[in-house]
Amino acid sequence: MKFSYFPGCTLKNKAKDLDIYARRSAEVLGITLEEIENWQCCGGVFSTAKDEVATKLSSVRALKEAKSKDQPLVSVCSACHNVIKQTNHAIQTDKEFADKVNRYMAEEPYNGETQVYHYLEMLRDVAGFDAVKAKVVNPLKGKKIAAYYGCLLLRPNSVMKMDDPENPKIMEDLIKAMGADAVVYANRNECCGGYVSFESPELAKKKSLAVVENAKAAGAEMIITACPLCKYNLIKNGADIPVVYFTELLAEALGVKEDTNE
Amino acid sequence: MQRIGVFVCWCGSNIAGTVDVQAVSEALKNEPGVVYSTNYQYMCSQAGQDMIKNAVKEHNLTGIVVCSCSPRMHEATFRKTAAAAGLNPYMVEIANIREQCSWVHKEMPIGTEKAIILGKAAIAKVNLNTPLIPGESPVTKRALVIGGGIAGIQTALDIADAGFPVDIVEKQPTIGGKMAQLDKTFPTLDCAACILTPKMVDVAQNDKIRIFSYSEVAEVGGFVGNFDVKIKRRARYVKEDVCTGCGACVEKCPMKKVPNEFNLGMDNRTAIYIPFAQAVPKVATIDPNHCNMLKNGKCGLCAKVCAAGAIDYKQQDEIIEEKYGAIVVATGFNPISMDKFDEYAYNQSKDVITSLEFERLTNAAGPTAGKLLRPSDHKHPHTIVFVQCVGSRCAACAEKGKEYCSKICCMYTAKHAMLTRDKYPDTEVYVFYIDVRTPGKNFDEFYRRAVEEYGVHYIKGMVGKVVPEGDKLKVQASDLLDNKQLHIDADLVVLAAAIEPDKSARPLATMLTASMDTNDFFTEAHPKLRPVESPTAGVFLSGTCQGPKDIPETVSQAGAAASKVIGLLAKDKLTGNPCVANSDELMCNGCSSCQRVCPYGAISYIDKEFRMPDRTTKIRRVASVNPAVCQGCGACTVACPSGAMDLKGFANEQIMAEVDAICK
Repeated sequence: MKFSYFPGCTLKNKAKDLDIYARRSAEVLGITLEEIENWQCCGGVFSTAKDEVATKLSSVRALKEAKSKDQPLVSVCSACHNVIKQTNHAIQTDKEFADKVNRYMAEEPYNGETQVYHYLEMLRDVAGFDAVKAKVVNPLKGKKIAAYYGCLLLRPNSVMKMDDPENPKIMEDLIKAMGADAVVYANRNECCGGYVSFESPELAKKKSLAVVENAKAAGAEMIITACPLCKYNLIKNGADIPVVYFTELLAEALGVKEDTNE
Repeated sequence: MQRIGVFVCWCGSNIAGTVDVQAVSEALKNEPGVVYSTNYQYMCSQAGQDMIKNAVKEHNLTGIVVCSCSPRMHEATFRKTAAAAGLNPYMVEIANIREQCSWVHKEMPIGTEKAIILGKAAIAKVNLNTPLIPGESPVTKRALVIGGGIAGIQTALDIADAGFPVDIVEKQPTIGGKMAQLDKTFPTLDCAACILTPKMVDVAQNDKIRIFSYSEVAEVGGFVGNFDVKIKRRARYVKEDVCTGCGACVEKCPMKKVPNEFNLGMDNRTAIYIPFAQAVPKVATIDPNHCNMLKNGKCGLCAKVCAAGAIDYKQQDEIIEEKYGAIVVATGFNPISMDKFDEYAYNQSKDVITSLEFERLTNAAGPTAGKLLRPSDHKHPHTIVFVQCVGSRCAACAEKGKEYCSKICCMYTAKHAMLTRDKYPDTEVYVFYIDVRTPGKNFDEFYRRAVEEYGVHYIKGMVGKVVPEGDKLKVQASDLLDNKQLHIDADLVVLAAAIEPDKSARPLATMLTASMDTNDFFTEAHPKLRPVESPTAGVFLSGTCQGPKDIPETVSQAGAAASKVIGLLAKDKLTGNPCVANSDELMCNGCSSCQRVCPYGAISYIDKEFRMPDRTTKIRRVASVNPAVCQGCGACTVACPSGAMDLKGFANEQIMAEVDAICK
């Protein structure tokens, strides 16, 4: 199956790991990721201001591009996925917004036809965790891994519809499929404090450490995340257990972490 | 040709203020069939009614039109007046010139014109009215109560007290319901068992009451006064009439690790069990999912120790059929699942519990023998946080909670907080609330006592997150009055979970053709004036199946439902509403459209023999309306594609005549 793929800017710089391992793992699972041509930054934050249009156009162009290829659109960064999914939803449900947006679009209008996936949803709903499990060559036996969802991946639930935002299990199911033990802890869906790290570094630190300490108290040896900003914050604020992208771990389990071609 | 009298009411100035009543009665004088027309200040008064009666005699009237208030208000009054004057009551029509005319218009000319038109329509209809005579049906003098909680118990006792036999169907092995699980009851703090179990014993000893425990209603047919009900008695593998409830089997049963549902899974029971000491009926039940003998034929200990010989591993489910005149729904409630509220970490920590679990923890017959100990390590908690409105008043999160207020939580939380402080003064107690709602006799005084005498910390604001860490529950909350974030290290967190109707309610409503609201609470016939009757004739509502209620309210409603049942069963015959649907068999093609739309299950099909023009006979399937069940809603008359269905008193012809009169 082919997906249009929106990597996002961070994945070309700080978060190259998130991107590379996502591509390699998809290949193993028989999924082709076709990177959209000329994609632009998602804007990083979905503005809830009703009259804000300009920052959402990048998402619309990506969605429209996927539609023209008749492919679903997948992204792996929590922030990109959040902005794209929310933009698509706004077009589907807010006629005025759709009209405004389409005045910027050449040729035919875009009306929210593209299906939007997060990479994790693609694993769960398209490939299937059983298929992932079947392809695992390095089972991560005995590793105690804590999934960290952060704030953006699951919320707002009425739009994202990925998992229960207060009791998610999608990453835990992936961890189990990879053969490791999933550590469930209460702060796995709390904010890392990333958005206040300039304004109030102390508060950001407190939030990050609350996540790490809670995961450790529950027995975690490692934290995985889908969000570059979360990873940056947890590490910068003093996480003393490894924090890695879930795709890196997936690639390791699937045996493609070391690329033999490079 | 009818001889119609028209009576225009002033209703003081209610109508006469915006309608020229004199002009109306003058204008209607010349309508077809009208032989007399007048107006009067208060037509519903004794003088007004006498005026109508005299006119019937003097002018030999055959039909009456009263231009007055809504028929909901006084149609029955004027029908009685007509009957007293010797007319068929269904020869009266009301033109509503108050609610639908004088009250909604400001200018006299417009109001007057409309009143005349409404009067003309009513006259056109009366010209086509025919006398209607209500049918009669017999009444089976036995009631069925579905659900054996405090609501069902009280209803059954009250009905039996009036001398009518009652059957209670309860799906659990014992009656008692939720109240049997409670510790103390607000606002007087008497123990639930002390006031409930005597009533349970009364039920057991009352020779008018039969208890079908461990049973469910499987099928309901028939109609008011004549319900045919099939009751499924599930096999309990113990002969109910032989078992003495001695408990020897329970002691010997080797299967001791079955989660005890009566204690909400906080301790274990055996595979053969009696839910609690005061159970009624006090007989053992074998849980087939956990009994070794039933699962793989190995064991049989209970049969060996049973001196009475009551164990019967071969027992089968049994269906019994019974006729009832009235059915009372008392299916009760359950707390909602906490699965979608994991911000409170219910699934992550044993020390986050629901209020019902707290009841069991403080109950002397509960898993800790009444000592308040945390489920995780059996230590005494020194800081307890109560969270109210978990899933209640949850308009913004309707996908996981309920929009309504569960009504009982403010009071039982105050009770829990107060009792904790009373018994364990070293324990700090916090209650987080949106609002504290304590209307009810002695309720607010009770809550104030918790705050003022017992030093419970009431904090306006909600808990955002509970994080289990080590042996503490880190509670993050907001104090809205102080505009502060609070962090409390708690030992125990108690969630006041919203309540919802029992899951058995919806399939039951379908069987009874009784309507429900979007939350699966049964709908009452009128929210204010008929609160214990379902819109379906012969079906009554008792307790929380109709909406959240505390015990005092439940018991009042249970008594009210019983009195309605007694009123019904006291009659030898039921007089129906004659305005029911009627099918023209010659036009009916047996398509079932009417049967599908009928909300009351009043339409069935019969095979009828018709003589054809060539003298042969032909059997055709045609609709047949049961006039005792039909409520006259008219849905079938609209659905019928061949125009065979008609509603007596509201025939298509009559409605069209009204429309013609208005459009003329």
